[in-house]
Amino acid sequence: MKQIKVINYGLSNLLSVQRAFEHLGAQVEFVNTPEGVLAAEALVLPGVGAFKDGMAGLERLGLIEPILQKAAAGTPLLGICLGMQMLFDESDEFGLHKGLGLIPGRVEKIPARDTDGDPQRVPHISWNGLWPAGGRTDFAGTALASVTPGQECYFVHSYEAKPTNEADRLADTRYGGRAVCAAAAHGSVLGCQFHPEKSGPVGLGILEGFLAGCP
Amino acid sequence: MEKKKIRLIARLDVKDVNLVKGIQLEGLRKLGDPNGFAREYYQQGIDELLYIDIVASLYNRNNLSDIVRRTCDEVFIPVTVGGGLRSVEDVRHILQMGADKAAINTQAIKTPEIITQVAEAFGSQCMVLSIQAKKSRAQEGKWEAYYDNGRQHSGLDVVEWAKRGVELGAGEILLTSVDCEGLQRGMDLELIRAVTEAVDVPVICGGGVGCARDVVDAANAGASAVATAALLHYKKATVPQLKADIRAAGVEVRV
Repeated sequence: MKQIKVINYGLSNLLSVQRAFEHLGAQVEFVNTPEGVLAAEALVLPGVGAFKDGMAGLERLGLIEPILQKAAAGTPLLGICLGMQMLFDESDEFGLHKGLGLIPGRVEKIPARDTDGDPQRVPHISWNGLWPAGGRTDFAGTALASVTPGQECYFVHSYEAKPTNEADRLADTRYGGRAVCAAAAHGSVLGCQFHPEKSGPVGLGILEGFLAGCP
Repeated sequence: MEKKKIRLIARLDVKDVNLVKGIQLEGLRKLGDPNGFAREYYQQGIDELLYIDIVASLYNRNNLSDIVRRTCDEVFIPVTVGGGLRSVEDVRHILQMGADKAAINTQAIKTPEIITQVAEAFGSQCMVLSIQAKKSRAQEGKWEAYYDNGRQHSGLDVVEWAKRGVELGAGEILLTSVDCEGLQRGMDLELIRAVTEAVDVPVICGGGVGCARDVVDAANAGASAVATAALLHYKKATVPQLKADIRAAGVEVRV
């Protein structure tokens, strides 16, 4: 049975992530200590809330270094929503804050206007399509292999990640006439801006794809 | 630009252990086990579930936890829970049961600072301000916010209250027309237009959905999501039928 360690740093709805992985036959344990993180075979960094609170939570528990070590060692790591944003270098949510720096790039506020100059709603709350990005034409060979381009997942976010390297963009969605990074991947690190654990069968397929890459 | 897109939400009003449905929030009929309905709608492809414990704010109790917990074991879409949430601790509790968002009406009217507290504790995406709107008898083209299931009036103007709620940290608004609720004769489009133009967060609109056309009209009036209950509970329509009709009318909705 695959063992997943979900990082519990006090912010998120951990239960949904747990139930989704258990539904797929994985065993889930919550970890909030450096030892727990270091012992993991696969890590999930969930998250709802503000970037600086999320990073402060990881810092307070002494989890930043252990997470970086594990990622460097090639342990599969999945960041969800805020957890995905924290994989990047920095965010400008409520002031400039440093992230984990596992995927080059920054996190910025979703613009208040669309490309026509009309006001658009923020947060972006929607089921929205996933389209191959970073030069890909499909999701073959990635954690999103089960996704047919255009299939929809559930998004809820006010900030968006902007990967520096085009190749790190795994999937884009479209909002307000622009491409928004929906998933990013760099080495063994995967980030999903949407909530796969809340995206019905399509989302469960993505979690299964992540599990397939776990020992 | 992308086409206009709408989320279709099943609203499940719960009393004790039963799914119930009324008309204008009164005259409740018992319909059965809410979990069975929730699972059915999930399998049919509903985009989101909204559970409201309709007696919690009257009797100060909350027995929805169990139902939410059971639903979230097998339903993998967003779940919003409301009814009787009075504190950050109450919200934490329902989130721990598996809910993604908390809808708050009564307590937000009594102590608006709870909106900020919940937004700060869990993020504004989690804080749904629930507004029960009734047409004002005193002023044409105005609506007043009600609470305790449309029984008590607050004196607050709905549009002003929505704006204030967003300033305080609400990330979404659940706007229910008490006048139209349960009648299945169409939504209060004027109300939807007034509120969606006044705020920049998504607005879930409910009350009066009788057919796919009503959902399309709400989307065109500015709604980001539509909550429907009677139409689905009484099996007048299925989710796939509704979605096909919505799409045929030119509004996008999840496949």
